Amino acid sequence: MKSVYVDIYRRMTLIKQNDERFRAVIKLGRIISPYYPVRGQEAIPAAVSANLTNDDYICTIYRGVHDMLAKGVPMRALWAEIAGKATGTCKGKGGPMHVTHPATGVMVTTGIVGSSMPIANGLALAAQIRGEKRVAVAYFGDGASNIGAFHESLNMASLWKLPVLFVCQNNGYGEHTRYELATSAAKISDRAAGYQMAGVTVDGNDPLAVYAAAKEAVERARSGGGPTLIEARTFRFFGHLLGDADNYMKKGEKEAAMANDPVPKFRAWLIANGHATEADLAAMEAGIEKEIDAAVEFALSSPNPDVAELRRDVFAHELSA
Amino acid sequence: MSTATSTAKPNTLNTVQAVNMALDEAMGLDPNVIVLGEDVADEQEGGIAGVTKGLSTKYGKSRVRSTPISEQAIIGAAIGAAIVGMRPVAEIMLMNFTTVCMDMIVNHAAKLRFMSGGQTHVPLTIRTMTGAGFGTGGQHSDYLEAWFAHTAGIKVVAPSCPADAYGLMLSCVFDDDPCLFIENMPAYWAPGAPPEKGVRIPLGKANIVRSGGDVTVIGYSRIVSDCIAVADKLAKEKIGVEVLDLRTVSPFDEEAILNSVGKTRRAVIVHEAVTPFGVGAEIATRINKALFGKLAAPVERVGASYCPVPFSKPLETAFVPSQAQIEAAVRTVLK
Ligand SMILES: Cc1ncc(C[n+]2csc(CCOP(=O)(O)OP(=O)(O)O)c2C)c(N)n1
Ligand SMILES: [Mg+2]
Repeated sequence: MKSVYVDIYRRMTLIKQNDERFRAVIKLGRIISPYYPVRGQEAIPAAVSANLTNDDYICTIYRGVHDMLAKGVPMRALWAEIAGKATGTCKGKGGPMHVTHPATGVMVTTGIVGSSMPIANGLALAAQIRGEKRVAVAYFGDGASNIGAFHESLNMASLWKLPVLFVCQNNGYGEHTRYELATSAAKISDRAAGYQMAGVTVDGNDPLAVYAAAKEAVERARSGGGPTLIEARTFRFFGHLLGDADNYMKKGEKEAAMANDPVPKFRAWLIANGHATEADLAAMEAGIEKEIDAAVEFALSSPNPDVAELRRDVFAHELSA
Repeated sequence: MSTATSTAKPNTLNTVQAVNMALDEAMGLDPNVIVLGEDVADEQEGGIAGVTKGLSTKYGKSRVRSTPISEQAIIGAAIGAAIVGMRPVAEIMLMNFTTVCMDMIVNHAAKLRFMSGGQTHVPLTIRTMTGAGFGTGGQHSDYLEAWFAHTAGIKVVAPSCPADAYGLMLSCVFDDDPCLFIENMPAYWAPGAPPEKGVRIPLGKANIVRSGGDVTVIGYSRIVSDCIAVADKLAKEKIGVEVLDLRTVSPFDEEAILNSVGKTRRAVIVHEAVTPFGVGAEIATRINKALFGKLAAPVERVGASYCPVPFSKPLETAFVPSQAQIEAAVRTVLK
């Protein structure tokens, strides 16, 4: 089970099973939190992260648990954060839209559309100035490519040859607005040309395609060749926000996407090509399920943050009561 | 999220419906009224809370436009259309997202009348929603009204109930200056008395929602309902709490404040925004200046904790000013 493909599948499974559990636990009311489902988009961060180490940085967005899990954020601390507990990655103060976990390189999670990109540039700039080999990845959606910050960031990154990957997870919708009703470019990757930057569109449901594109981009970034814009086409299976009724979608669109579920498809490919056996993968999936059980239990049984936390972390010093 | 028709009983309506009614009426009255914002058209379900539901179907997709996620371009387009005589109602979904288009709002919408020597003006209404309570954390539920109130040239309006939302929205749309219209999201579906159709509520005028002779409690937006609850509770102890709903935060109704506090000699100012450098500070200063020596107690302020809106439920609950805090402040000025 050494192959990079199996490693990518492990990350995809981690995302899929956690997403399923998040939705179930939140629907049961055991955790009360807004939740932006990631099911369907597993292949993208799984394949990108297979090219990264803990030294590499990411900035992600509200729809980001897949990016976090793929990058290695420990499940217990992630679950505890989403449960708003003191044992969470951010002591329960940030919540699902603001997970930070520097040990695995998750430096910022933003709830503001477009804001992952400028900050990823800064992470990359620091690495460049210090002569480190780190790269930074900015994850964002298709809708975010229409915010000024996207354009400013691409220009600056290209101008300064920053070691950054702009990874656009194009799931066809920004909230309830379909891609073509909001975006003038036929392909988001076309916009790279305007900034003299490498740009590529890949099938975001094909882990091998994403892996290859990310590998090339990471090598370019690490060797001083500058940034890359990767547009990975995908679909979100459970709408914008958990509870979304999907009435704004084209008829049959979601069903078609779900029939093309990247996770079982890749699983079958791994077995057919001799990268793993059915038994290997079943054992892996069962192991992840157990870890999730433990993470949920840990989150639910953890204490709430103390109200004094309102006075801590506002500044370096604690505010007086 | 719910739609425009969800929770209201007959003879009541909620703020979602009230704002929708006002926009519908304004669009019917004046073809220059247009609506633009993310997901506002019916194809996108008429806004994340359904406030603009039905408008694009009734008035057409030309006048009711779902936009790209481009706040600067939304407000810029609204300003441009406004200075040549249209009356755009632009939605910036959540108040925190106004940060992305502050340049357009602060440097342009608010200042063009002055900088052009009165040659142009910006009859623009910006609708925005906010308020802690849904566990959306640090970037989705701030009350930032003080930033805008601190900017000359833009009016800040914050209704406390559905009927006021209706009457104030109509006034904003037909006002000749830019208005920022703040809707509290957690209170969106709370039913209230229906408004009088067609009646506009004047901007810059406060409303006495409870009369009393002992203390004046001044508030705006959703938290006025907590002020009323405290007033009703204390009435049983024969403490007369006068609740003044500002309705318009800036420019506020100084005369109404001074009349009331002149009578009660005690004032408490309540808002959901954090206390330091907030609207309460400005009001307290005006009261002190006008009524120095006549006050029976220093003016008290009740606001949110001085920190970003926290995610964890117990922290979020502790962050938002409570009825207990309002009551305690009233008792403090009565000492
Ligand atoms: C500046 C800003 N405007 C609006 C929003 C509200 N909002 C949250 S997610 C979203 C859609 C974003 O779409 P996309 O970039 O395609 O990402 P996706 O949610 O599809 O992953 C919008 C409009 C926001 N969070 N920030
Ligand atoms: Mg999208």
